[in-house]
Amino acid sequence: MIKVIENLQIGPMVWKMLVEVPRLVAKAKAGQFVILRVNDKGERIPMSIAGLDKDKGLLTIIYQVVGKTTALMTTVQPGEEISDCVGPLGLPSHVEKWGTACVVGGGIGIAPVYPIAQAYKEAGNKVITIVGARNKGLLFYEDEHKSVADDYYPCTDDGSYGHHGFVSDVLKKLLDDGEKIGMIMAIGPVPMMKVVANLTKDYNVPTWVSLNPLMIDGTGMCGGCRVSIGGETKFACVDGPDFDGHMVDFDLLTSRLGAYKNQERKAMKKLLEDPKCRLTKAVKEFKYPDEKA
Amino acid sequence: MIDKEKKTKAKKPKGPNKLKPKDRMKIPRQDMSAQDPKDRAHNFNEVPFGFTEEQALKEAARCLECPKEPCIKGCPVEIDIPEFIRLIISKDYAASARKIKETNSLPAVCGRVCPQEEQCEAVCITGKKGKPVAIGHLERFVADYERENNLVELPEIAPPTGRKVAIVGSGPAGLTVAGDLIKFGHSVTIFEALHKPGGVLVYGIPEFRLPKSIVQAECDFLADMGVEFQNSTVIGKMDTIDELFEMGYDAVFIGTGAGLPNFMGIPGENLIAIYSANEYLTRSNLMRAFDPDDYDTPIIRGKNIAVLGGGNTAMDAVRTGLRLGADNAYIVYRRSRIEMPARIEEVHHAEEEGIQFHLLCNPIRFIDDGKGWVKGMECLKMELGEPDASGRRRPVPIEGSNFTLDVDLVVVAIGNSSNPLIPQTTPGLDCNKWGNIIADDNSLLTSRKGVYAGGDIVTGGATVILAAGAGKKAARAMHKYLMEEVKK
Ligand SMILES: Cc1cc2nc3c(=O)[nH]c(=O)nc-3n(C[C@H](O)[C@H](O)[C@H](O)COP(=O)(O)OP(=O)(O)OC[C@H]3O[C@@H](n4cnc5c(N)ncnc54)[C@H](O)[C@@H]3O)c2cc1C
Ligand SMILES: Cc1cc2nc3c(=O)[nH]c(=O)nc-3n(C[C@H](O)[C@H](O)[C@H](O)COP(=O)(O)OP(=O)(O)OC[C@H]3O[C@@H](n4cnc5c(N)ncnc54)[C@H](O)[C@@H]3O)c2cc1C
Ligand code: SF4
Ligand code: FES
Repeated sequence: MIKVIENLQIGPMVWKMLVEVPRLVAKAKAGQFVILRVNDKGERIPMSIAGLDKDKGLLTIIYQVVGKTTALMTTVQPGEEISDCVGPLGLPSHVEKWGTACVVGGGIGIAPVYPIAQAYKEAGNKVITIVGARNKGLLFYEDEHKSVADDYYPCTDDGSYGHHGFVSDVLKKLLDDGEKIGMIMAIGPVPMMKVVANLTKDYNVPTWVSLNPLMIDGTGMCGGCRVSIGGETKFACVDGPDFDGHMVDFDLLTSRLGAYKNQERKAMKKLLEDPKCRLTKAVKEFKYPDEKA
Repeated sequence: MIDKEKKTKAKKPKGPNKLKPKDRMKIPRQDMSAQDPKDRAHNFNEVPFGFTEEQALKEAARCLECPKEPCIKGCPVEIDIPEFIRLIISKDYAASARKIKETNSLPAVCGRVCPQEEQCEAVCITGKKGKPVAIGHLERFVADYERENNLVELPEIAPPTGRKVAIVGSGPAGLTVAGDLIKFGHSVTIFEALHKPGGVLVYGIPEFRLPKSIVQAECDFLADMGVEFQNSTVIGKMDTIDELFEMGYDAVFIGTGAGLPNFMGIPGENLIAIYSANEYLTRSNLMRAFDPDDYDTPIIRGKNIAVLGGGNTAMDAVRTGLRLGADNAYIVYRRSRIEMPARIEEVHHAEEEGIQFHLLCNPIRFIDDGKGWVKGMECLKMELGEPDASGRRRPVPIEGSNFTLDVDLVVVAIGNSSNPLIPQTTPGLDCNKWGNIIADDNSLLTSRKGVYAGGDIVTGGATVILAAGAGKKAARAMHKYLMEEVKK
């Protein structure tokens, strides 16, 4: 059992959870992830490392409610326990001194690029941080990012804060203006990572992305997390999750992420209708993006 | 004349079985009753029910108590089979189970999943003229009797030796090492990557062949003896083998199994609804996706499913698919029936349930439905050519024999490779070219002092009993090492 220290809503459908896993935290590095189960009948779901407090042995997870398991996570009160949390899994992000390094975080990806930015900075790089979300309310981790980044560029799709537009617009401008970037790390929704990777291909700037396929064990045992990199099949949980964005077959990833759509929605609907469930009002109003229209 | 007398004398049975050999041979082999194939094709309950006491007594009476005891040599861990059968005849079932446990700590498991027909029962003398003694069914009977009647006794545990052992992986190999070393008084911790212990016994072999409550009972028994389980701990990620030593462990056993699923490497393999057997079975067994009312992990249910391969894993996957609602469940195997490595009993059960076999048939590509899901599979018919390195006749494609099989779910069950995680993070640990850890046949010692390894990680995919047997040997060697070379 794993003790939850804090579980706070920090955005419309975004929560921050702190769990006590001292041995895991002692070993974990930026770019790695964990797999957790909320309860004994639950799914195993992967979550990126969004912060490490090595002194207190605390791991930060930033999660967005997108379905049943993430909705259940919101019901865990500080002091309560979740069934398990295994990790650190995957390979740490590659870090070296390039001179200038850039992290691009979109949506929930704003969280995991933060420890990576920290690692880039510690390696002696100038760090450019570009983060984006649909609107101001969905932007988070600003203080954290500002404390690390040499240049910090927030963007919103609706212009409610920072640059009005996409993260890729800002990145393109920087590259056009002649900013010499040695490495770009982009994490976010698949379409965003794809756009960034396509953009930087033309500029020949190394660009890595962190892939988020469906996973079960996270140890290379099942192959459910397979992705196609330069035409070769890789297991994201052991060979990644970071891969060269210029080689990734993003369309395959998107397609495979939809494998359980119907079952997931059924489960979520059942949960939302369950009178016994301790969901807050905010979560009970959950809608799938295509339901809003 | 004298010789002949001597012979008859030696043959004369001396145990509790008073029947003459002739009469023993007259008793027919007892069959376990089983769920009706029509019913069981729709549920996950165990298929055979096990012997009744009466059946067990009848079956036990068939043993001829052969002086040469060939069955003992037929068993990979040399269980004293005639003796455990004699104890059944004396109706001391718990003692019988204890007899087996002297050499095999997992009789309830092995009685169910061992390929007895290739081992002890293959050499049983009774089988030369009729059917062999049902050694496996008897093993299952005594183990179940002992467990169900709460007769399992905690063995005596030697006073603490002050030595600490780390076991990596909780499959049959790791569980066996743990059970033996704890008895010697060592402190034992099992590190398991998944959230439940048992290895393939929990994530691979389905409920209908090996109820998970049995595996749980075995693990609980170890815990009662004092074995500490640290689940959700991936060695090589959380701690390396070297760090285990730094943490104060005096010896390490690696029993991490054969982890990485092989794929065919043909076009379309990453379409949705193409699973590795490991993933498909893990979803259904470990995560219990077959029970969506209670458990959250989803699984795709196909109407027309194909499982590629001919081993136990393939049989387990195809029978799982049938239970998850398939109308047509096919085994697609590139060789012929006699080369199929699966247990005969399981092939037989599969046939009874209505599994269809496409033998001498090999897929060459998967067909997309236009939305990223598999909708069919192009196959080639094969014929058998010259024997290959494995001694089996090599299947060769028949040119122009292409045909398409309409399927909406495919499970690839063509074996596993070894998981590189531990070798990669353990300097000086030697592996062969397939990535299997090299260990001494008798001591299971690896190239690293104090580090032992056994089971599928050493042999490649094998059997439960071979893994458990390796665990026995390793435990003996590790005990000696701990007492003689680790000073406290
Ligand atoms: C390495 C890795 C790191 C991740 N890190 C984070 C993180 O830091 N914060 C966070 O909020 N999420 C993260 N995810 C995604 C997260 O695991 C999923 O959102 C979660 O599993 C959804 O579970 P659910 O039951 O709530 O939703 P479900 O009902 O299972 O899914 C709802 C929808 O979410 C999408 N989804 C489901 N599983 C995944 C998945 N594994 N990855 C991406 N999308 C998925 C699907 O498209 C699905 O239709 C990560 C995924 C991976 C593989
Ligand atoms: C579907 C299926 C059906 C089978 N049917 C039969 C049968 O009928 N009869 C038979 O005799 N054999 C059968 N087998 C084979 C048999 O199950 C295996 O030979 C046996 O389980 C091997 O045991 P093991 O202890 O070596 O490893 P495993 O049972 O594979 O267990 C290894 C354990 O180690 C854990 N692990 C791996 N890496 C790490 C790590 N780095 N840190 C911590 N833990 C780790 C794994 O999670 C796993 O739990 C079958 C196999 C499969 C897959
Ligand atoms: S070979 Fe068969 S008949 Fe002979 S002792 Fe063994 S079990 Fe009994
Ligand atoms: S999640 Fe199972 S192999 Fe990656």
